Amino acid sequence: MMEAATARVAVLPAWRANLATIGAMMARARNELVRVPGAAIPGVLAPTIFFLGLNGVFGALTQLRGFSTGSYEAFIVPVSMLQGAGFTGAAAGVNLARDYEAGWVDRLLVSPAPRWVILAGTVLAASARALIPATFVFSIALLLGAGFPGIDGLVICFAMVAAMAAVAACWGSFLALRFKSQSAAPLMQSGMMALVLLTPAYAPIALLQGWLRKVAEVNPVTDVIEAARQGFVGSVNWADTWPGLLALAGLLLVLGGLALREMRRTAQ
Amino acid sequence: MSAIAVNARVVAALGMRSIRQTFRRPQLIAPIIVFPTLLLAIQTGGAGGAVELPGFPPVQSFLQFMLAGAMMQSLMLAGNSGGIALAVDIEMGFTDRLFTAPIPRFAIVLGRLAGTAALGLFASCWFLAIGLIFGAHIEGGVAGALLAMALVTTAALAVGGIGAAIALRTGSASVVQGLFPLVLVVLFLSTAFFPQELMIEPAKTIAEYNPLSFVVEGVREPIIAGINAGDTAAAVATIAGIFALGLVLSGRALRHRLRSG
Repeated sequence: MMEAATARVAVLPAWRANLATIGAMMARARNELVRVPGAAIPGVLAPTIFFLGLNGVFGALTQLRGFSTGSYEAFIVPVSMLQGAGFTGAAAGVNLARDYEAGWVDRLLVSPAPRWVILAGTVLAASARALIPATFVFSIALLLGAGFPGIDGLVICFAMVAAMAAVAACWGSFLALRFKSQSAAPLMQSGMMALVLLTPAYAPIALLQGWLRKVAEVNPVTDVIEAARQGFVGSVNWADTWPGLLALAGLLLVLGGLALREMRRTAQ
Repeated sequence: MSAIAVNARVVAALGMRSIRQTFRRPQLIAPIIVFPTLLLAIQTGGAGGAVELPGFPPVQSFLQFMLAGAMMQSLMLAGNSGGIALAVDIEMGFTDRLFTAPIPRFAIVLGRLAGTAALGLFASCWFLAIGLIFGAHIEGGVAGALLAMALVTTAALAVGGIGAAIALRTGSASVVQGLFPLVLVVLFLSTAFFPQELMIEPAKTIAEYNPLSFVVEGVREPIIAGINAGDTAAAVATIAGIFALGLVLSGRALRHRLRSG
């Protein structure tokens, strides 16, 4: 498939060739999913279990003074969707490490495709794939009684999920190319888990313990969570949206840059 | 050397191998120590205000309450990781080589379980140390801490038996690894992370009858209140039950594996 794409792109202008390569890499990721559907199950199960578990266990927290909503399902569902995005993005890193161990990455790196195109293919595939667990968790939440966040709230939430998966895939790719081994998987997963959960994930920021409040205040993902959550717990507004977009852009810039640097080093 | 001494040496050697294997592979140690520590920190910081809820048992802090939950999570994942490692041994042919060695078959399983129990002991020490460092009191004193450690160690041994049985039966690391979400479900549907009275239905009712809840309460009582004979007896009985079940299942799976080759 990649060879065919390479032959086709040889006669195309550079930008179209790059798009075709990204498309081929995304198609490869889609084929993995179609051919081994079971591989997607852990990525869907983990955030669903966390959503149901946290809801059953910590649901009574809404009785605390200062809690912004009476529905813990509504409060926690964007967190679980972003957690799913984190797991999916980290899995893209694990897959890249597996591809490296199998020699596939070496073949990609000797192809004429620019490094950023190879990275973009991996990252965009993770973004698209993250919509599967997010949709599943969202459906379960609706069944359990979490209110519909409105079309605008839903679009913002899913956009945050897709971008968060891209951030996680950049992080996973960076570690995969750094350690060149699937053994780095726990680092990929725990890094994303920490980034998503060291935020007002379980309770509003005013109710967090001192140290976690301080960490959450400087953690850029706090803005992402607040942006994704706004439709579920209140109304959608630009003031809660742009900090999330800015945080994601910053994270993508930093982690994408690191992944790209590691890819160039690997090629050398 | 007597037969018992020889068997003890085999169990000790295989147990040491199992511990070394866990500490050398990040994939095995991360779920036992890294993830539960991370979740303990996040849940304590995120849901710490829960101690103010009406009906929450009197505790010094939410961290003190959560220590037992973190230990349970760690020991459950230690049992799962032990099963994965045993399945990898089967896949790689190492277990077949052990079967041909002049050692009793039960020593092979016991060696793996000894390693899992040692990891349970390590986890209990790790989380008690974290609790003490961050200001949690152990209300039961030294005796309470020792009791909690003993219960966590034996519970790891018991849960490890179930993991070993599944590994021996299936011989597939991916199948045992696939149980990871199930471990999380069992944990969430117990009193590991929150008092049963404050949980939401249906988790509340399930937690009341979940055997793991009895073990959690047995480990938690010496930490938050002091040694309670009733809770300790319930925990010991539950652990004994899980251990017996694991032993029977492992024995059957081992016989099946030897028959089918």
